[in-house]
Parts: sequence; C-alpha cells; structure tokens
Amino acid sequence: MGREQEAEKPVPLLEAHGIGKRFGGLRALHEVSLTLDAGSITGLIGPNGAGKTTFFNVLTGIYPPDAGTVRFAGSALPVGEPHRVAKTGIARTFQNIRLFPNMTVLENVMVGRHVRTRAGVLGALFQTRATREEEQAIAHAAQGLLDYVGIAAHAHRVAGTLSYGDQRRLEIARALATEPRLLALDEPAAGMNAAERGALGGLVRRIREDGTAVLLIEHDVKWVASLCDRITVLDYGERIAEGEPRHVLNDPAVVAAYLGQGAA
Amino acid sequence: MDIFLQQLVNGLTLGSIYALVALGYTMVYGIMELINFAHGDVVMVGALAGLSVIAFLVGQGWPAFWAVTAGVLLALAACMLLGWGIERVAYRPLRKAPKLAPLITAIGLSIVLQQVSALLWGRGYLSFPAILPTTSLSWNGVILTGIQAVIIVLALLLMAGLLVLVQRTSLGRAMRATAQNPAVAQLMGVNTDRIIALTFVLGSALAAVAGVMVVAYYNVGHYTMGFMLGLKAFTAAVLGGIGNLAGAVLGGLLLGVVEAMGAGYIGDLTGGYFGSNYKDVFAFLVLIAVLVLHPNGLLGRRAREKV
Amino acid sequence: MSRLRLKILGSAIALLALPFLTHALLGQGWVRILDFALLYVLLALGLNIVVGYAGLLDLGYVAFFAVGAYCYALLASPHFEVHWPLWALLPAGALLAASFGVLLGTPTLGLRGDYLAIVTLGFGEIIRIFLNNLNTPVNITNGPQGIGLIDPLRIGPWSLGETLHMGGLEIPMVMNVYFLFLAGVLLAIGLSRRLERSRIGRAWAAIREDEIAAASMGLNTRNLKLLAFAMGASFGGLSGGLFAGFQGFVSPESFTLQESVMVLCMVVLGGMGNIAGVVLGAVLLSVLPEALRGIGGLQELLLGRVWVDPSNLRLLLFGLALVLMMLLRPEGLLPARARQRELHHG
Repeated sequence: MGREQEAEKPVPLLEAHGIGKRFGGLRALHEVSLTLDAGSITGLIGPNGAGKTTFFNVLTGIYPPDAGTVRFAGSALPVGEPHRVAKTGIARTFQNIRLFPNMTVLENVMVGRHVRTRAGVLGALFQTRATREEEQAIAHAAQGLLDYVGIAAHAHRVAGTLSYGDQRRLEIARALATEPRLLALDEPAAGMNAAERGALGGLVRRIREDGTAVLLIEHDVKWVASLCDRITVLDYGERIAEGEPRHVLNDPAVVAAYLGQGAA
Repeated sequence: MDIFLQQLVNGLTLGSIYALVALGYTMVYGIMELINFAHGDVVMVGALAGLSVIAFLVGQGWPAFWAVTAGVLLALAACMLLGWGIERVAYRPLRKAPKLAPLITAIGLSIVLQQVSALLWGRGYLSFPAILPTTSLSWNGVILTGIQAVIIVLALLLMAGLLVLVQRTSLGRAMRATAQNPAVAQLMGVNTDRIIALTFVLGSALAAVAGVMVVAYYNVGHYTMGFMLGLKAFTAAVLGGIGNLAGAVLGGLLLGVVEAMGAGYIGDLTGGYFGSNYKDVFAFLVLIAVLVLHPNGLLGRRAREKV
Repeated sequence: MSRLRLKILGSAIALLALPFLTHALLGQGWVRILDFALLYVLLALGLNIVVGYAGLLDLGYVAFFAVGAYCYALLASPHFEVHWPLWALLPAGALLAASFGVLLGTPTLGLRGDYLAIVTLGFGEIIRIFLNNLNTPVNITNGPQGIGLIDPLRIGPWSLGETLHMGGLEIPMVMNVYFLFLAGVLLAIGLSRRLERSRIGRAWAAIREDEIAAASMGLNTRNLKLLAFAMGASFGGLSGGLFAGFQGFVSPESFTLQESVMVLCMVVLGGMGNIAGVVLGAVLLSVLPEALRGIGGLQELLLGRVWVDPSNLRLLLFGLALVLMMLLRPEGLLPARARQRELHHG
C-alpha cells in the first residue's frame, strides 16, 4: 500500500522545512517551508525585504540557517557550504549579477564546468592526454551552453562588457554548466523590457523541458503567474501563501501584503 | 605570586601602549575597511621625533618636564601631519580600487617611512636621555615605577577622551555615520573626505603619544621599531574586534598582559628549554588563534558580506 | 622556419651566450649577479602563483625560501653529518616548503584577504625567530651563526662548485650555477604557463574575481587557495635549496621581511599574473640595485661625501616604486590582460 503511494507521488526534489534566519535583531526568515517537484517552475514572490534573497542564500549555503532543514532529492542538503550545494545539484544566479567580469564569456561558463570535471595539478603540469581531452570537452560544452542561451557570438568578449540582458543570460549559462537539477534564479528579469521578458520566459520553459527544475524570485507578478506552476509568497520573512498562481494571487493576505494595509 | 603581580603591572604598561596604537588601526579600519600597514611606522616617527627633540632640549639645559612636554607636542604635530598626508597621497586615490592596491601602497609607505627615518636619524640605536625620575612604588616586592604609572594613567585618559569624542560629539556622530555607510552619510551632508582625513589625524596623534611612551619606557629608539609594535597593536585590534574602539583597548591590555606573562613563565613552563626570546611569538599565536577561532574578536560584531 | 621558432632559437642563443658575454665584458662578479637574478626570478614566479593567480597577498613568502634553504643546509653539511644528493635535496626542500604552506594556509585561508596578509607577515617573522633560537636545547639551526660548509651543488660526477673542464673549455663555478638556475627558471616558467591555462588556473582566476560567485559555482575555494599556497611555496623551497647550495652558507639574516617585500615588489612592478612581467620585474629589481651600488662612489666624487647610504636608497626607491606603481600603473610594467581590467575597473 505504502509502496504504491510512493509510486504515485514521488519524493519532492526540494523540501525546505521551518527555515529560520536572524541577523542581529532582524528576523529575516521565520518558519519558512517550501517544497517543489522535479520538472517544475516555482515562483518565490513578495514585497521588498520579504526575505526572498535570504532564503536563496540559505538554500545555496551562503548563510547557515538558524533553524530548519533542507532535503534535496531525498537527502539532507549540506549547510553553509556553497560549493557542496552546487555539487549536489543546485545552481544559482544573483540579484546583482556576479559574473567574473574580467574573464571572457566562454571562460565564465568553463568555470561552471569545474565541479563536473577533475583534471588536477599533475594533469595540468604534464599535459596528460586525459587532461587535454577534458579541457577540450569543457570548452565544447561551454560553447554549447552559450549557444543554448543565445550569446554564442560573444564567446570571446570580456564578460563585463556585455549588455545587461546578455550578462543575465551568461549567468544562467554558467549556472547550467554545473549540471544542476534545480536552477535558482534571483530576479532574472529585473531591468528587462517586455520583449526581453518574453524571451527569457521562453528560455526558462526550455530549461524545464530539458529536465531542470527552476525556482525563481521575481517582482513582476503577471510574468511569474504566466510562467510558474506554483508560487510561494513571503512577507516579513514568513510564508503567507502557497499554491497555484491563480489561487495565490487572489488570496486576500497576498493582496494586502502587496498593496499595503490601507487597500486591504 | 610576586612574579605574577609584577608581570601584571608590566603587562598593563605595555598593554596601554598597544591599546593606543591599536586604536589607530581600528579607527581607520572601522571607517574604510583598510589595514593601515604604515601605522606602526607613524608610531616610530613620533617616537624618534619626540626622542630627538627631548634629547636636544635637555642638552640645552631645559628641565625634564618641559623638555618632555615639548617633545610630545612636536611628535604630535609631526605625526598628525604625516597621517593627514598619508591618507591624502596614498589612500584617497585608491578608495575605489581593488583591496590589493591600497595594501601594497601601505607596505610601500611603510618602507619609505623607515628609510627616510634611517636617513634622518641614522641606522643606529638612539638612546633616551636619563632624565625621568626613578621614583617607584613598592608593595610586597611588586614595583610600579613612576614612568609606568604615567603611561597607564595618560593612556587611560586619552582613551576615555577618544570614547567621549566619538560617542558624544557631532564630529563623532559623523565618524560613526561614515563608518556605517559612507554614501548615505555623504547624502546627509557629512563631508566624508574630511571625516576620513580626521580619522587618520586622530589615530596618528595617539600614535605619536604611544611612540614617545615607548622610547621613554625602553630608553631606546630605532627606525625599525614600528614594525613589531605595529604588528602587535594590530593583533590587539583584531583580538578586541577590529573596528571596535572599546575592543582595541581591551585587546591591547589583554595582549600586553599575555605577552608579559608568557615572557615571565615560558622558562618555567618548558623546563627552561625556551626562553623569553620567544616572547614575540606569543602575539602571533594569539593573532592566529583569534582569527581562526573567533574572527570577529571579543567585542566585534559579525561582519556580513552583502550577497 | 616560423617566426615563433626563430624567436625561440634567438632567445635560447642569447640566454646561453649571456654569461659568457657578461664574463668577458663585466667580469665574474656580474655573472654572480645574474645567478642571483635567476634565483629571484624563481622566487617571483612562485609568489606570482599566490598573488597573481589566486589573488592572495602573502607577505611572508621568504619563509618558504628559508625552509628550502635550511632543508638543504641541514641535509647536506657537516652540521648533522648528513650528505644527501642534489636530486633528493631539491624535491625535499620544495615538498617541505609546500607542507609548511599547507600548515599555515589550513587555518588561515578562510580569512579575508587583509587578515591573510598580516598572518603571513607574522609567519615570516616566526620562522626567523625560530631559526635564530633553535640552537637550544637541541642545536638544530645553529642559531644566529647559521650553517656553513654546505655541500656545493653537484650533479653526478660534476661539482658545480668548482671550475669544470669540458673538452678544453673551462667553465667557472658561477657559470655552471647559471645554467642550473636557468634550467630551474625555465622549468618554473613552463609549469606556471600550464597551470595558468588549466582548469585549476581558471578556478584561481574566478576566486580572485568573485569568491562568493566562485563558491556558488561549486569551487572549493579553500582547497584551491591552499593549492595555490602550496604550489607557490614549493617554488620558494626549490629556490631556497639552490641558494643554500650556491652560497655554501645560510643564516637567519638572509630571510628577513625585506626579502619578502622585495619579491612582492618584483611581482607587482613587473605585472601580477603575467609571467613575462614577473620575470622582467625580478631581473630589473635584482640587477638595478647592483648598479645603484656605484651611487656611493658617485656621491663622493660629486658631493665630496656619501650623503645617502646606497642600501637605504635602494629600499627607499623600492618603497616609492610600490606606492607610485599602485597610484599610476597598478597593473605593472607588463600587465596580464585580465589583471589590467581588474585594476582599472574594480
């Protein structure tokens, strides 16, 4: 009986439970839970200062949480160690784009391959066959990813000189290079116009279709609603709503949070 | 017990000096997140300037008190000017540069200050004239010399004065605002350039007094003396929590005592194998231990990088 | 023949001919200066891995030089009555220095950059204090007197410490050493280049540019920094061994903070992260001071007495050079491309 139920409802890809985080006197996150399935697109929304980015930072190991647990693909996620989180299969982008601005576009993505490759110092020193082959494979994969996000033409430019939208795309390509099972995008559409948003939405859907779940923070509620399977809403560090977009966006608590007390 | 109390007195004396120098590091760090490597050498310049003026005036037949006062005043003037110039020439143009740049400039400045001092005062050891009264208090075999008492009391007064300045005056408020967020402080009408310059000047003033204290206490000065002293004072600042004024004072006193105790007991503890020539190692052991175990120091707040 | 090949051939001939020319024109003393320049190049290349590639400011780099030198001195001198062969001594020194690098780096590399600078500075001093004092209770380092009568560099049957006779050709010691050191430098350059262009070198560059982003991409930043530290240290250890064998004598006096600063100057002045720049910086800063030695005599001639002590002047100029370089041309004389961009746009 239990076995059959499991087959019907697989283990969620990500289960964050009761996450709490304080900075001094500020309660940035309190009892936040979030669950998402493989192959889904999930939105994390909320007013400024609601704790969305802090949640990302806890999830990706940049801050250790004060309370709560995160399970990923059925096992506990490493806490406070970003590189192990990436290895486990969560890759991210940053709200204020954090590329390696003085490296080339291609090199940026090649760095993303680091965690899935292995050539060490000795291999590099002796230029072993395995090392050379791996290096070629890295460059090849990186070039493919640039193509995938649509900036292959800029491969040899310096990353910091790209346009804003292309820098966001590069950040996504770099994150995809780590072969994540969950891609966490922190305001990927910030500063983009409607056409760019549309294109970005297409890219996000494609990433999902190719087997990577997406968790994204966004302010533009309409854009999120059109893209996401489920939405979680944070306000003052607490989860105030969760569910399918059309239900969540009509939730009085969410409306109140977005419009302020006066309009509620 | 006697050794213990005696080393406590010696340690507090040394610690008061460390604390004064540590304040300079911590103030600059608090306001612009820069380790002013050249600070130890500012202390050295104050020490040698003070020493040479005092020696000269004593030679002219001035009474000890007035000679020392004049020496301290001149050291103050020299160091404050130097602190102002260092900030202006070497650090201000690099405020937006990557971290490595001002660090390297600071090292360069430190060398320049040492070599210019070597040219001015020579490469030999300079001795402090024997003019200070040798009166001392003795209690159960524990001796507190007059100079020790003067150092401790004067240092405490200066530190109290600094705390009042920072906590109670509008200048202090501007300093704290600049330390928290220079951009916002500027928007609120604080002239942050001036505040940063003032911070350097204030820190250098404390360094000048500390410098004269050192040469008066040890009776000797040398153009390389700022290096070890600066390193130890920096250790004290980190120990207390860099950026925190009270922390620098606490860290300085604590480091002085630890060092004195270490020097006093290391022979006994190691069965005579290691002597007090290892005393300089203590500061580093403390530094590494603090940085590894409790990098925010005793009183420091947790620093958090914005992601 | 391609232009690149011509260039390589030309450089090879120049490098081989250089000591003979120098010997003929300037005398043996200047060949010795060349030898030291090569040692400094080796040191600067090592520090370049730490500062230039990984972006870690190490102010105690001379400590690794000291470890390599004392390793050679203790294992090839009458002090302990041990006489290891060169092929074992040099790797041992490099390895020991690397282990010291790991030892120092493990607790400290998690720290922010400026703390690391101070800790390494302190470490450099600690090593010197120990070298000075570890003559009691057991005499390990012979204290301030140092260790003498160190075995000369010897490859198989040839002792490089004396004049070699090769088919009628007489090659004096300073030249033998030149060729050995040159081999070491070329090896170091090759290794640096390969490292720089490898997966590891790319990871170092990423950490240097944005450590948080690098960690989030799965880079184990601490281990990678440790690796840079150890690699840099091993170069230092190697040159320390060569130094000990060349001098025949080591004492703590050779390993002061000044040496660390000098090597840092070479890296910064030449161009952090760029091998050609670092080599240029090291050669310039090791040869120029020798040229400056003449200044004492020149002052006497022109001004009647020595006003400015040449060794003071040398350090003063180094200090000024560091400050001015950072203010005017922070990327160095021959900059690395990425570094140039970093220093100008933050």
